[in-house]
Formats: sequence, structure tokens, C-alpha cells
Amino acid sequence: MAERKIFAGGEFLITDAGAEDVFILEEMTREHKMIYAAAFDFVKKEIRPNMERINEKNEELTRSLMKKAGDLGLIATDIPEEYGGEEMDKISTCLVTDAIGGGASFSVSHSAHTGIGTLPIVYFGTEAQKKKYLPKLGTGEWLAAYCLTESSAGSDALNAQTTATLSDDGRHYLLNGEKIFITNGAWADLFIVYAKVDGEKFTGFIVERSFPGVSSGPEEKKMGIEGSSTTSVIFKDCMVPVENVLFEIGKGHKIAFNVLNIGRYKLGAGVIGGCKVIIAEATQYATTREQFGKKIASFGMIKNKLADMCIGIFMTESLTYRLAAMIEDKLSSLDPQARKEGAENAKAIEEYAAECSIAKVYGSECLDFCADEVVQIFGGYGYIAEYPAEGIYRDARINRIFEGTNEINRLLITGTVLKRAVQGRLALFDAVQALEEEAKAGLPDAPGFDDAPLAAQQHLVKMSKKILLLTLGKAAGNLLADLAEEQEVLAFLSDMITEIFAMESGLLRALKMIDKKGEKRAEYHTAAVQIYINDVIPKIVHWSKQVLTFVEKDDALVVLLAAVDKLAAYRPVDTVSLRRLIAEKVIKSKRYIF
Amino acid sequence: MEILVCVKRVPDTSENEIEINKDGSDIERDDLVYSVNEWDNYAVEEAIQIRDNVGGSVTVVSVGDEDAEEVVRREMAMGADKGILLSDNAFEGSDGRGIANILKAEVEKGKYDLVLTGAQADDGAGQVGGMLAAMLDWPYASLVNSLEVVDDKTIKVGREIAGGNLEMNEIDLPCVLSIQTGINEPRYVGIRGIRKVASIDIPVHGAGDLGITPESVGESGAKVKRIDYFTPELGEGAEILEGSTDEIIEKLIELLKAKGGIK
Repeated sequence: MAERKIFAGGEFLITDAGAEDVFILEEMTREHKMIYAAAFDFVKKEIRPNMERINEKNEELTRSLMKKAGDLGLIATDIPEEYGGEEMDKISTCLVTDAIGGGASFSVSHSAHTGIGTLPIVYFGTEAQKKKYLPKLGTGEWLAAYCLTESSAGSDALNAQTTATLSDDGRHYLLNGEKIFITNGAWADLFIVYAKVDGEKFTGFIVERSFPGVSSGPEEKKMGIEGSSTTSVIFKDCMVPVENVLFEIGKGHKIAFNVLNIGRYKLGAGVIGGCKVIIAEATQYATTREQFGKKIASFGMIKNKLADMCIGIFMTESLTYRLAAMIEDKLSSLDPQARKEGAENAKAIEEYAAECSIAKVYGSECLDFCADEVVQIFGGYGYIAEYPAEGIYRDARINRIFEGTNEINRLLITGTVLKRAVQGRLALFDAVQALEEEAKAGLPDAPGFDDAPLAAQQHLVKMSKKILLLTLGKAAGNLLADLAEEQEVLAFLSDMITEIFAMESGLLRALKMIDKKGEKRAEYHTAAVQIYINDVIPKIVHWSKQVLTFVEKDDALVVLLAAVDKLAAYRPVDTVSLRRLIAEKVIKSKRYIF
Repeated sequence: MEILVCVKRVPDTSENEIEINKDGSDIERDDLVYSVNEWDNYAVEEAIQIRDNVGGSVTVVSVGDEDAEEVVRREMAMGADKGILLSDNAFEGSDGRGIANILKAEVEKGKYDLVLTGAQADDGAGQVGGMLAAMLDWPYASLVNSLEVVDDKTIKVGREIAGGNLEMNEIDLPCVLSIQTGINEPRYVGIRGIRKVASIDIPVHGAGDLGITPESVGESGAKVKRIDYFTPELGEGAEILEGSTDEIIEKLIELLKAKGGIK
């Protein structure tokens, strides 16, 4: 694999990556392609034909499917070989998650099991715990669930009320409390549970279903993903052997947050699979349904929707797989011994906490956009349960809520970037200062561009970073510690950071394609990036100005607003024609085209 | 038992709608997703099961361009022991006889007891298996939907005949069989299998390696030539039902009820 530069978390905001620094899907290895094809084949033949039965919350069926997936290695990509797993790279894991993402409810059971259910043991388990549990989890013999949320500890996860008390003989912890909204709750054989030792030390535990004092509540009646199990899990004087403490007493938050980081980037991969199903359904319908004597796919506004779905998926894919490779590169840079240490792994993954949140927010919102538009394309039929759009719409919605709400994740994106800057792990304030110097000397006019492909877009991504730095510098400088309390400002900044990562990831993918395969083969990549960046720049300007107007007043504000306008100066591209180009291709191939 | 299975890379009909291109010279090949021909996949599964039961090895072979390598590798990931790609510019445009000729040369290079093909290909004419058998002067059974190894000289094969009845035959080895879907349940490809074969070099044999004179195969050797593609006109009394699958089913049931076909 080509040597990519290892970026620090958040560094994309201050350093321009080159196309050679990112992984793009078009450079999948033969093995990657075969893995995706194998997982896709499994979903196509085993999951999709069984959707109705799965949606009846058929435990037996889901278990047998999970077992079949286990036989094929599709639930053990993250488990080391020595514990019976496949020990694949993160790109392969994402490809499997992506393919299984087309499996709606099953994909939720699958990701809860393979992600938050299994990974705490992979990354933080002791040798004995790994030996005992991972082989069972990797084959699908056992199902896992993750018990963090409580009725009064949702986003505020550390406010858990569940307690763990050491028994008199010192051999067990007695767990007492109730966890809610637990995916795989009624089916799981093993639970990762967080509880407070001595009422304060937040700690992870591995709890087997067979331990005395574990029970599941009734199934929740949910808006969507009805085929997955979601229940409360109750621990009543539940006896957990002391050797089932996960990682260290009082270090549960390390597990919880890092496992969520992984859950988040994998959610980005999972929604891609969902989106691809949606765009195929939408195109299928649009090319069949006739109104006014024409297929509705021939209408411009329908074409717009198909093009926008396609571009959204392209961006989600670009940033998620770029991130997967970043994490993989970082983990691979650890020495093999360190890779066995929970704390070392945690540190490597935590490096990209902001990017993981970006993948989660961006991906889940792309999915919801696609789900919303497919209903619209189906029109009245979109509202009728007999047609696929209705279920898609309901199933999609949870993704903006679980693995940390998108609101919490927005706070995390900006918060993480700022925290890293303050800790000296990201030279953000140096960059802000350099920009201020530059501004004092007078910002240059936008350059004219030669015909180099995507030169204008490259410039705009650079300028977006400057606008962010200017805005963030001003917000941090004027609000100081109060910034942490100004959620609206943090959200604007978070959206800017997210879009910069998305734009740059799409741009670098297109540039790498042009470089490797030539302009003709990158025609649609180029169009997608041109449209996307054209449409995002005004949003960046808007968000920036909103923040600046909140934190600065009078003449100083006028100067800043003018600076933003100057940085963002651009000539619009003809997105009507470009969208038609992409839509026509989608319509012709009846599926996602990249 | 040494088994050779002939496989083909074809447009995946479950992923594509096959349409004819603008000038009617071919199907529209832009944006097609390809996969291994479904019948061939059953043949490979059958071969793997035979090998697992009685020993021996399974070799998968495909005539095609470099892209055909992916289906050979896929079938190896499924469990075949070896793969061979038969590829040469001279092979392009071969008719069924040409393909059979190329395969015959490869069969003769080895010591195979059994050669399996799919009963037909999604984009083919179902002729290669029979021709190959004739060229080798080996016995042949087509549309095989059950198979049992008797000993190292004989196997028993079942074929479906009219009325849902089954015909059993004993056939001498070596022989060629064309395999029908439904004979088994082909296994999925798993990650472990993929990892085993991902970096294996698959040998490529060209006309020279096989001792084939280039003129005898490919376009120049083809005696059957495709001259046109078109969608037939709607005949009298024919009605094409349109809509989603569910809608079509509903309309069909209505029609059958109306005409007394079902009650």
C-alpha cells in the first residue's frame, strides 16, 4: 500500500492534504473488491429477500443469519486472528459494514454486535477475556449488546445511576440498575455494561446473560428498524465475577468514548449501503412511473433529486473511507505489542475523534436526505407502507440519534478541535495568527485560474479553511472560555469543519482519479465536486457571518464580513447542466454510479 | 477425482436490465455489473462437494479477457484448488465451437476425469458443453440435476425430464456434464477463502500455450456470427404487464381468475 502521510486529528483544517495522502475507493485492492462483493452477495441473497420476516422481529432468523454471516467471516473483521477472527484492515471492515448497511434492521443488529458489543473486548479486554469471549462473538454463536444509556443518562452518559458494589468476599461485583434502548437487548448473550463502583468510579463490565440477576424488559415499539430487538436490560444484584471488569476501575469512560468513536465512523460506512439501496429504489421507480405521458425521471426536478442523492453518497463515501484509512494507518504505525494494549489503541483512535463524529453526522444526514427524497419521488405511494419508501424513511431516522445524537456530535467536533488546539496537539492558533497577519497585510484577490481541472475548487477549499480559522479565532478570542457554552456558535463552527472535511475528501478523490485514470474517467467525479463546492461555499459564508455577527460588533465586524466575502469570492458553475449530467448517468445505470 | 469446471463471466441479470444498444449490434454494455454465470457457480459447488467426498482436486477455467480472472478467483475463494485463464487476442469473437476448441486444448493438457460446465450461460446458447464432449470424444450428459460418484470409472447422473420426472443414467468417466441450477446450494464466498486466493497468480494460457492455430478460433474461425439484436414486436394476443413486481403479480392473478385459470 502506498505510503500516506499520517495526519494528526483535525490537522486537515490547517494542512492541505495532497491526493496521494488519501485513500480513495477506486484504489481498492483485489482483496477489498472481493470482500465487498462477498458481503454484498450475502446481503442480496440472504438478507434482502428475508426483510419482511426479519421485520417481524424474528430472533431465530436473525440469529441464524448472524451465524451464517459468522461462517463467512463477516462479523469478525475486527477480531484478531489469534482469537478466531479475520483481523482485517479498517477499510475491509468498512466495506463489510457498507454492504451490510443495505440490510436495514439486520444491519442494526449486526453493527451493534460487531461494533459497540464486541470492540470493547477487542480493544480493552484482558488476554483471558479475549480468549473466552471473542471466538464466540466472532462466529455469531453469541450475540452482544452495549449497555450505556439510562433513563437519566442519555447524551449525559457519565451520569449513570447503575452501581457496582464489591461483594464481601471480594469475588464479585453486584450490579444494580436499569439500562434502556439496548439494541439486541432481548437476544444478546453478552452485555458490555457501565456502572459506577462505589457510586463514583465509572467502570465497564462484561456481563453474561446467564449471570444471576440479568433480565430484559419488553420490546419497545419503535418508529423503524422493527426487525431489531430494543429493550431495557435490568441488573438486580447481578453477580459479575471480578475478572469480568473491563479495562480498569474508573476508566469506563475511556472505553465508552473510544468505542463510540469507532461506532461513529462505522456508522458512516453503514449508511452508505443504505443510501445505495435508496438511490436504486428511487431510480427504479422514477424510470417506471409515468405522469403527463412521460417517465418522471425525465423531469428536471426529479433529476435534481437523483443527482443530489448521488453527490451526497459520493461525499459520504469519500470522507468515510479516507477516515478509515487514516485510522488504519495510525493503528498500523503502532508496534504490534502496543496494538494489544487497550490504552494505546484508545489513543490512536481518539486521535480522530472529531473526524469520527464528522462521519457520523454527515453520513446520517445524507441518509436522511436520501430517505426523505425517495418518499418525495414516490409521491403518494411514498406514504403508503406497501411501497419501500415508507419503511426506508422510518428506518433511516434513528441514525441521527444513536451513537451520540448529531447535536452532541456537533459539539464534539468543534470541542475536540479546540481541545486539541489548547493541548498543543494541533497548531490551530498558530494558523489563526498567521492568517491574521496575512489579513493585516491585505488579503489577496482571488486568482484567475488556468484550465487545470478543479483548480478553482482547490482554491475554494483552501479559502474555506481560512474562513473557518478567521471565524474560529475570532470566536475563541472574544468569547474565551464562554465559547464552550455557546452551542449555536459551536454548531456553526462544527458545520464549517464538517463541510471542509467533506469538500476536501471529495476533491482529493476526484483529483486522484484524474491523476490515475485521466479526466474522461473522472468526468462524474469532477462534476460532483464542482456542484458540491459551488453549493457549500455560500453556506460556509453564511455560517461564518452568523458567528462573527454574534461575537463582534461595529466597525470591526464590517471589516471581518468584508474579509469573508473576499476570501469566498467565486464564480458560480452551471450546476443545472452538471446535475443533469450526473442524473442521466444514474438513470441509465439505475444505481449509484461511483 | 480430477475435475475441471468451465466458468464464464457474464452480465449479472439480477443487477442489470439488459437492453439493446442504439445500433442493434450488441447489448448495452456501459455500466453493466458482471458476475460469474449462475449455472457455472452450481457446477463449481458440485465439483467441490465431489472433491470433499472422494478426494482429488478442482480446477476452474475461463475463456475471456483479463477481467474474466475475477470470476476464476472468486470460484477459487469458494473452494476450487486451481484456476486457469485462457486468454488471447486471437480468442476474441469466438463462436461456441471456437470456445469448445479452446477448452478442449486445455482439457488435453491435464488429466481430468470429469469436466463440468453450466447448463447454459446468461448470455450464451448452451452449446459449449456438448461440443466439447464431442470434440474430446467423451460421453456427455446435459441438464444434470443430481450426481453420484459410483467408483473411479463410473458416475450416476440424474436429469429432469418432462412432467417433473427424473431420469437416471450411468455414465463412464472421463465425461463432460452440463449442470443445472438447483442441483445443490452453492456456498457463499467467505473472507477466509478470499484471503487465501487474493494474491495467488492465476496462470494465463494463450493460443501458443495451447497449440491452437489462431485462425481456427476467434472471429476468423467463427462460423456462427451474430448479425442483429432487436426487441420483438408485441404479437397479437400478447400483453405485457407493467408496474412493480407486486403490481404485476396482482394483475396476473386478476387475469388468471378472469380467464378461469385459477379460482
